[in-house]
Amino acid sequence: MKAPAVDYVRPRSLAEAVELLAKAKGEARVIAGGQSLVAMMNLRLASPGLLVDIARLPELAAVRDDSDSVTLGACVTHAAIEDGRVADPSRGLMPRVAATLGYRAIRTRGTIGGSLALSDPAAEWPAVLAALEAEVTLCSPTAQRSLKCTEFTTGIFETKLAAGEIIEGVRIPKLSADARWGYLKLCRKSGEFASALAVVIADRRRSHWRVVLGAANGAPLVLDDTSRLVSAGGGGEMGSAIAADLDRASDRHFDEFQRDLHSVVALRAVQQVLA
Amino acid sequence: MTAIRLRINGAAIADDVPPRLSLADFLRERRNLTGTHLGCEHGVCGACTVLVDDEPARSCLMLAVACDDREVETIEGFAGDSVIAALRRSFHQHHALQCGFCTPAMLITARDLILRDRARSEREIRDGLAGNICRCTGYTNIVTAIAEAAKQIGQEAPNGQ
Repeated sequence: MKAPAVDYVRPRSLAEAVELLAKAKGEARVIAGGQSLVAMMNLRLASPGLLVDIARLPELAAVRDDSDSVTLGACVTHAAIEDGRVADPSRGLMPRVAATLGYRAIRTRGTIGGSLALSDPAAEWPAVLAALEAEVTLCSPTAQRSLKCTEFTTGIFETKLAAGEIIEGVRIPKLSADARWGYLKLCRKSGEFASALAVVIADRRRSHWRVVLGAANGAPLVLDDTSRLVSAGGGGEMGSAIAADLDRASDRHFDEFQRDLHSVVALRAVQQVLA
Repeated sequence: MTAIRLRINGAAIADDVPPRLSLADFLRERRNLTGTHLGCEHGVCGACTVLVDDEPARSCLMLAVACDDREVETIEGFAGDSVIAALRRSFHQHHALQCGFCTPAMLITARDLILRDRARSEREIRDGLAGNICRCTGYTNIVTAIAEAAKQIGQEAPNGQ
């Protein structure tokens, strides 16, 4: 199908963009790569009155490489991360993830900020950035604020992004030199959305251990018992720890099949770290 | 209506377009470049893949207005492009198309795989083609044709360029 009629504006600065959003009083949608939004418009699932195109704002393409973190502008594309054209705080995890995300022709336009703003439950970045303890920076006409990614995504396509706010960037702490990560995405065909997805970070020097599930019928799901067991170097009880974590997530209403997928994916991703 | 200026297959174009018009429909309906095909119109089938600023992109998921000031290359372009020439020969030789609907985008995607050196094995080629659906061939001959073209290009220029 074809997208419904819409107005379009391409502001020249972030300040102008947030002003336009505020003036539109909820009728406007921000468009960056448009790889989900235009598809949703073509399917008539979205019909915004105004598109505010931020894809070429220089502020949002900026990358800052500090001693303890890397800040990626919201409009950095998946392809730029895949190709290593931007600094990598994650010792190879983020380029690996980017390479599994959609198809190359999607990755050349889709952006990390767009992925967070939509927070598709099956998307990669919300889970991976939650595992990396990243923070998202939001910008409105009056203020700037930062939120942990674990708090930013609140549910299925639900975030704390307020009307009139634009994601400016994501600050990702750097993993230590001897940190280990695991990543497994289960999908029937390369590039599809995940049916199950697990990210594991084990960073002893920074005392950071975290196991996160994506495609989990809601916001990324942090597995607390499993994370603790990973911090202790593993052991024979990993399966029970994962089961306990999944039991506690009864609000996700996993059916038996989904539960099996999540258990297996979590276990295999953990094994990558402990191997 | 919004005024746009862009380059298509090297030629400077200026036009007025409604913002909802996709790049694919702009190419097909306004520029008569019907080699860009529309299958699913939501980014899954890959038939509408073109180059935008030298990178493959889904023309069904790009608005024509967002291509203002950009360069677009469609299958009608690529004059003098040695990789596309090798792929065309190889697709012909290996019978890598039947109805031809997916072929323009297959060629553009395969060219990108070869130039990024991501056509080094059957597995890698199949991975790289996951976003381009063909309903006729079963892919076997397409994969063979791309592998063969990649080999030829590699022999001509060892750096894959």
